Amino acid sequence: MAWESLPAILEGLWLNLRVWVVAGVVGTLLGLGLAIARTSRIPALFPLRAFATAYVDLFRGVPLLLVLLLVGFGLPALRLEWLPTSGAFLGALAIVLTYTAYLAEVFRAGIESVHPSQVAAARSLGLTRAQTTRRVVLPQAVRNVTAPLANNLVSLQKDSGLISVLGAVDAIRAAQIATTGSYNFTPYVVAGILFFLVSFPLTRAVDAYQARRGWGRSLATVSGAGDIR
Amino acid sequence: MSGLVLPSDATPQDGGTDHLLALRGVRKTFPAPGVPGGRRVVLDGIDLDVDAHRCVVLVGSSGSGKSTLLRVVNLLEEVDDGQILLDGEDVADPRLDANRVRARMGMVFQAYNLFPHLTVLDNVTLAPRLVHRRARAEAEAAAVEMLGRVGLGHRVTAYPDQLSGGEQQRAAIARALVNGPELLLLDEVTSALDPELVGEVLDLLAELRAEGRTMLVATHEMGFARRVADEVCFLHEGRVHERGTPEQVLGDPQRERTRAFLRRLHA
Repeated sequence: MAWESLPAILEGLWLNLRVWVVAGVVGTLLGLGLAIARTSRIPALFPLRAFATAYVDLFRGVPLLLVLLLVGFGLPALRLEWLPTSGAFLGALAIVLTYTAYLAEVFRAGIESVHPSQVAAARSLGLTRAQTTRRVVLPQAVRNVTAPLANNLVSLQKDSGLISVLGAVDAIRAAQIATTGSYNFTPYVVAGILFFLVSFPLTRAVDAYQARRGWGRSLATVSGAGDIR
Repeated sequence: MSGLVLPSDATPQDGGTDHLLALRGVRKTFPAPGVPGGRRVVLDGIDLDVDAHRCVVLVGSSGSGKSTLLRVVNLLEEVDDGQILLDGEDVADPRLDANRVRARMGMVFQAYNLFPHLTVLDNVTLAPRLVHRRARAEAEAAAVEMLGRVGLGHRVTAYPDQLSGGEQQRAAIARALVNGPELLLLDEVTSALDPELVGEVLDLLAELRAEGRTMLVATHEMGFARRVADEVCFLHEGRVHERGTPEQVLGDPQRERTRAFLRRLHA
């Protein structure tokens, strides 16, 4: 049963992976943009700052499943001709809407973790606000939040399975179809193993990346960070 | 340069424009914590002149306004009132491009403030490339030469956290010097250093002084002040309380507050 279901589930997983990559990239870029807008101190950007704050509050407060249902069934009901109505597209759109809010908060935490003296040093050299953000603040901000960023992207990969509620045949939906009529639930186990096989190397890769960039080493030199009995 | 025409009564003391840097009635307040609408006065009408190739040293206890004064000159803080004349041009005017003004100065901070994600070389080449639009090769050649001068020629590829405190501060000095600033602002640059590392930084600063660099220095190192200063200004509660040669201010202070400050320092 498990083997028979594998090809269909793999095909579904391919859809999950595509949704994951597209939603991950788009969500990361939009989240970064929102975080920059929200932490900006330029007075003229107040409307943008207010929008960013309201957006994050809204989409962190509404369940992803509800956003999926609203976007997946509500948007097509508006009969907008230019809007694609495939479950995969609308599902990815809903995931982007929600995850942009989460990722924006991760990036905001990163930006706020960079000490103001770094900005002062950069500005004292004559760098503009934009140059300071891009060359000094963001590189440090992203480093400081690599772990929560990766957590969110792993979480997004798993949540890509929720698009199945919109009828898109992803790995979970394919497994569900395979179980129909047999009461044999091993296809779910197959789907679970496949999801795990995708996310596990990612988390390990992030750990390895952090270790290579010297987090472990620099922590070891902090007194008290070593072996406290 | 878009020099602003100054009204003749704008420079009450001595014409002002002869000095490389001249502060006139500079006032700066911050919101007072816990007092709604209250303001804490940090700089209370500062007049100060720094001539080219001269070294002016600011002394005073913590909170006397030394750091704020340097930050105000570097336009890292906006003044509430007064003029900051750089070559006769009021750079406190908010219509002026602050980045262009800052690019003419070099500032070194108490806590080094090197960029931890960049190598020493990239720290030093960042401003030449982004602000002064120099080609990478040219900027790197200048940076390597400057790092060699401060004794870090062998550490160009290191990251700041791989350097000692003294090395980090010397790298920060190289970063400030590489653009050939007209004015060097030094904010307690040895305060964060272990005592045995203070000497290497002070020696470097004395060398820069001997080269004729124009410097405005805030420090707690009275020995250093005696060694390099043309003029010492004692700041107290945001005002220049006493000023003169190091011999006068540090050796024979006229005001009681200055004496009390020096006594506490030697106690």
